[in-house]
Amino acid sequence: MAAHLSYGRVNLNILREAARKELREFLDKCAGSKAIVWDEYLTGPFGLIAQYSLLKEHEVEKMFTLKSGKLPSADVKNIIFFVRPRLELMDIIAENVFSEDKMHSSRDFHILFVPRRSMLCEQRLKEQGVLASFVNIDEYILDLIPYDGDLLSMEYESAFRECYLENDQTSLYHTAKGLMTLQALYGTIPQIYGKGDCARHVANMMLRMKREFAGSQNQILPVFDTLLLLDRNIDLLTPLATQLTYEGLIDEIYGITNGYVKLPPEKFAQKKQGEASKDLPTESKKLQLNSAEELYAEIRDKNFNAVGAALSKKAKIISAAFEERHNAKTVGEIKQFVSQLPHMQAARSSLANHTSIAELIKDITTSEAFFENLTVEQEFMTGVDTDKVNTYIEDCIAQKDPLIKILRLMCMQSVCNNGLKQKVFEYYKREILQTYGYEHILTLNNLEKASLLKLQTSSRNNYPTIRKTLKLWMEDANEQNPNDISYVYSGYAPLSVRLTQVLARPGWRSIEEVLKLLPGPHFEERQQLPAGLHKKRQQGENRTTLVFFLGGVSYAEIAALRFLSQMEDSGMEYIIATTKLLNGTTWIKSLMDRPESQIS
Amino acid sequence: MTFITANWNPLGEAFYRKSELYEMCWNLRDGLRDCLVAAAPYGGPIALLREPVRRSPSSRPQLEIYSASGVSIASFPWKSGPVVHLGWTVSDELLCIQEDGSVLIYDLFGSFKRHFSMGQEVVQSQVLEAKVFHSPYGTGVAIVTGSSRFIMATNIDDLKLRRLPEVPGLQGKPSCWVVLNQDRQTKVLLSTGSELYILDNTSCTAVSLPGLAPQGGSIVHMSVSFSYKYLAVLTDSGHLWTGPSHLQDKMSEVDTKKLTPPKQMVWCRRPKSQQPSVVLMWDRLLMVVGVCQDTIQFPTEDQCVLVGEMDGVRIISSTNQELLQEVPLVCQEIFKIASMAPGALLLEAHREYEKSSQKADEYLREIKEQSMLGEAVSQCIEAAGHEYDPNTQKSLMRAASFGKCFLTDFSPGQFVTTCRELRVLNSVRESSVGLPLTHTQFKQMTLQVLIDRLVYRQFYPLAIEMCRYLKIPDYQGVSRVLKHWASCKVQQKDLSDEAIARAMCAKVGDSPGVSYSDIAAKAYECGRTELAIKLLDFEARSGEQVPLLLKMKRSQLALSKAVESGDTDLVYTVVTYLKNEMNRGDFFMTLRNQPVALSLYRQFCKLQEQETLKDLYNQDDDHKELANYYVTASYREKRLESRLSLLQSAVDEYNKAKNEFSAKATEEEMRLLRFQRKLDDEKGAGLLELSLQATMEALLALGLYKQAEQLYRDFRVPDKRYWWLKLKSLAEKEEWDELEKFSKSKKSPIGYLAFVEVCMKSNNKYEAKKYVSKVTPEQRVKAHLAISDLDGAADAAIERKNDSEIATVLSRCSAADRLLIERLNRASTAKK
Repeated sequence: MAAHLSYGRVNLNILREAARKELREFLDKCAGSKAIVWDEYLTGPFGLIAQYSLLKEHEVEKMFTLKSGKLPSADVKNIIFFVRPRLELMDIIAENVFSEDKMHSSRDFHILFVPRRSMLCEQRLKEQGVLASFVNIDEYILDLIPYDGDLLSMEYESAFRECYLENDQTSLYHTAKGLMTLQALYGTIPQIYGKGDCARHVANMMLRMKREFAGSQNQILPVFDTLLLLDRNIDLLTPLATQLTYEGLIDEIYGITNGYVKLPPEKFAQKKQGEASKDLPTESKKLQLNSAEELYAEIRDKNFNAVGAALSKKAKIISAAFEERHNAKTVGEIKQFVSQLPHMQAARSSLANHTSIAELIKDITTSEAFFENLTVEQEFMTGVDTDKVNTYIEDCIAQKDPLIKILRLMCMQSVCNNGLKQKVFEYYKREILQTYGYEHILTLNNLEKASLLKLQTSSRNNYPTIRKTLKLWMEDANEQNPNDISYVYSGYAPLSVRLTQVLARPGWRSIEEVLKLLPGPHFEERQQLPAGLHKKRQQGENRTTLVFFLGGVSYAEIAALRFLSQMEDSGMEYIIATTKLLNGTTWIKSLMDRPESQIS
Repeated sequence: MTFITANWNPLGEAFYRKSELYEMCWNLRDGLRDCLVAAAPYGGPIALLREPVRRSPSSRPQLEIYSASGVSIASFPWKSGPVVHLGWTVSDELLCIQEDGSVLIYDLFGSFKRHFSMGQEVVQSQVLEAKVFHSPYGTGVAIVTGSSRFIMATNIDDLKLRRLPEVPGLQGKPSCWVVLNQDRQTKVLLSTGSELYILDNTSCTAVSLPGLAPQGGSIVHMSVSFSYKYLAVLTDSGHLWTGPSHLQDKMSEVDTKKLTPPKQMVWCRRPKSQQPSVVLMWDRLLMVVGVCQDTIQFPTEDQCVLVGEMDGVRIISSTNQELLQEVPLVCQEIFKIASMAPGALLLEAHREYEKSSQKADEYLREIKEQSMLGEAVSQCIEAAGHEYDPNTQKSLMRAASFGKCFLTDFSPGQFVTTCRELRVLNSVRESSVGLPLTHTQFKQMTLQVLIDRLVYRQFYPLAIEMCRYLKIPDYQGVSRVLKHWASCKVQQKDLSDEAIARAMCAKVGDSPGVSYSDIAAKAYECGRTELAIKLLDFEARSGEQVPLLLKMKRSQLALSKAVESGDTDLVYTVVTYLKNEMNRGDFFMTLRNQPVALSLYRQFCKLQEQETLKDLYNQDDDHKELANYYVTASYREKRLESRLSLLQSAVDEYNKAKNEFSAKATEEEMRLLRFQRKLDDEKGAGLLELSLQATMEALLALGLYKQAEQLYRDFRVPDKRYWWLKLKSLAEKEEWDELEKFSKSKKSPIGYLAFVEVCMKSNNKYEAKKYVSKVTPEQRVKAHLAISDLDGAADAAIERKNDSEIATVLSRCSAADRLLIERLNRASTAKK
């Protein structure tokens, strides 16, 4: 089921298995049949750990969504609440439990807090008078979820907002804990680098936790050589730009959540079926996207302009493979052909799917609107006219394009100009308030607080210096056969990944000056390894770095890191971890405030 | 050496030996007479409760606790009620079972720990007899009451009293009874003399002993083996019946020819016993009765107490202590006279070698010829483990070492381990420590438990030395010892806080696994708050410090520790606690000094207590946040008046925050709201909640051009945006004349191509054409193409001599436009 997790340099399946084991152990603690009441937010992340079949094996017969009122009736012995430790959820649980007691009294209640139990919540349950109704109150430590063979995500959507707007560092505590778990399974990571305030905080907590657990040191040969902690706010620009890799575009256009994408159904109508099913399906098509699918693994990180060629090449290979059957003469040959058939059919349907998706995306990328938007983005990134009111933004507002699109562009201009001139800034803000409504003043305030928008205070604009030193803009980006990470944005090399690249070679000392221009401290820490666990490196053996993006990472950045891993002379393999996978839209969305939603 | 077998007595095929463990250190004036005695197995402590000659308030009995070697540990007058029975728990706690059914628990040092009762009814009926027993569930207590009922608790640490069913016909106490542990159930086997019953949770079943001779008589004594597997029953005719405790079989029946009941009767077995036996003790006689019907008799001079062990019986008298056991087979083989076992030969070989005699070689050769050298070495090592005398141990180990030299592939593991273990055993057997453990017992008990026992007895240095010597990981070894030491140390009332903290820091340092917060908790329990705080400072895990600090009401400190830990839940917990403990002013001040806590509390308030949020911002003079708060609050208001007044507050705060833009924007919003309400009232336009843009759009849609115009001017809407809006709106409503008028009102800030395109969107080519001529030359081609006027586009392109525009037009031409294509191509080439 999750074989793709074990293909990479680091077998992330160990982590998944550890998580599954813990889940099974908890379920077995509640003997007898059970129903799970889900905090809806958790179902996605849990899907990456365990399918329904696992739950079923452990006598989970029913699943409900947590909502106020009465619990649906179910003839089970145990009711288990799977929830995040949030006060508002505790109130709902209390309501559920109260309305339950009158009907049945024989059902046992349990709570499983994910990822950590909380005294605050238990106190709340106590105040509500239901704490004693629970047979088991437990925690399910699910910090880092294996998302793909080289990717871990905490699926913690609000991490960036909490850290930068609300000064709430809960997510960082979970991060540190998650990294401790990871080290328990994969050995102590000897070197820690970091840039940014959050990174510093996480590293501090990790070092402290290590001291606290001193003596219980595990005796595992370290799998990771280096940990690199990066704050999202040192590179605000990258996620704002439109991603131009295949996977990045799927995410930009359709949104990938917990590894799944929902696509418009028209293109996926079954063609070869009988006439009966000719009418188009109305439900959107849900596809799982990960490296388990061979073709997807091959094209996901390509620049979209190179995807067409890859698909047609693949199509030729597949049809050639099908042609083989004509050459199969002997029984042995036929048998071999037949044995490969399921694999080939899977490849063919995968090809069909991705051809359809590529067509859908192409319709959009070839549109004039997409082109204009991209042109403006690239102008900003290359520093063209970033200090004036941009007519395209102005027009988009006049046409009432989606607000998030406007905000993305505006933030981008602000970041590339090290803040906007007062006149420009206020003009934009007024335009937004007048067009989209005054309530967005809160969102604008938030973006300012997160430094995505700011007033230019000094006349010096650092961005061009950073761009030049780190070679963030490459004129001749090769989209087909890339030789630099800038291919993922057709010219722009993501700053975060550039920092990672420089760290590996020649080292950050060469860019001290630029690092000082970026917010927060940069640092290096070493963790002592127990004697005998120092790795003896083979000649030519790659080092492994875990890059942790605090506050989220985009698919294009991941693609760029994968590109670096694959470069022959890089000598480094990257595993990526993050609080959440994001793109400019989901990111901006997470920072928006909508007072209306609070009315209800 | 030759006399090793001197104290061996044959019993059937096997031998029994009685060897002295200690000369007792105690000085008992009246011996063990008239005492309640409890001695724990595994060389455990001994408790004595001496009954005074006359019971009166002035002459209280004395409770004395000794180590197994008789070193006094504690002694104090017994001030509670009459005690029926004494017993030790598995963790070396003393249980004193009183007549009224209450059970008092003391630790090894005689300090009272806690008590529990065997039930209310016992207070009335009184305890007649009691037994303390050990099972996998822990230590249990069983009593029989004056009303002939059995009450049992299988685990005193998880007290659940079980009242066993009534025994038919039983009056007073039974003639004898034992507690059995079978099939994970605890039962009572009792005899009323003639009848034998098994009592379990639910039933009382009469049973009989298989094969007991009919003339056997009534039962006077019973004993169950250490493992609960075997039962011995003595009848009044002196017949001793032995068999497995499930009573399905008989092992043997021996006539002891003694008609008086013995004082004590105990099984004496060992694992892999060849010849198990039962030891019976009368006033002046100790009789070992083998299952083989053989007996050994020892005269005794003094009152003794027998303590059953897993591999023998300890005999404690007022002067000394002996261990009676079956000689282990391997020792028999080595030391038996004229033994030819390989071990015996090796021992002999080594002895000759030490004498530098060539006979050593002969012996060795003999063993090697039979290829038994490995076996011989193993035997010597194993036997050494079973020997109590260090000299014997040494000679056996030396022999083993000697033999090992002639072997190439003998694993040294067994040898090394046994050496180490013997060193440990010898040191704990020292009279000053007084743990007379045999090797077999030690293996069963495990090293961990041994260390625990040493720690309970406060032999800290020895325990630490042992851990270091055996290289036990700190976590399970030294640290654990230090932990105990520390929690004992904090109870020493005669030392100052300062001195203890210093000693603690010096000794414990940062040994892994020692939790300072646990030690601090202990100190706090003993009422030493200041010491607890000092100790908490050493704790590395700040999270661990918090609960105790809260308990000690050091909430400020707790808060900063919680913040330090990074665990936000912990911070929340302390904050909630503080909120309830402090008055609001102090609470806010406290938070002010802890920005992390403050922002978390703000978060909490945002979701749970909006009003408090306002107070918080107010206190901090955070005008910007306060303004944002008012803005948010305004959206919760249904009534426009209150909404406006909240917005006015927001304006004031924005002004205070010197945020002119936001203040102005808010004022504009207020103005807009008032305008919207006015129009809603007048025209029912339904404008409220709309943005300015949407409002203008709605007005235009309603044909209220003047009002829209007014907003455009009042709010200084950029021309471009307004023109776009009006253009689209008019086109949508197909107000073409109005549109034309609008286009002529002044020069369009958005150009005229927009007009063309918008008209075409409404499929009105006629109207669109009107604006084509007004389009700037740069966009003219586009404009012509928009209305599908290829000729016009071609003219414009050719006029502008622009290749790319020509190409664009060309790409739109179809085959039918042959002439046009030619013209365009010509223009294109002419240029070149």
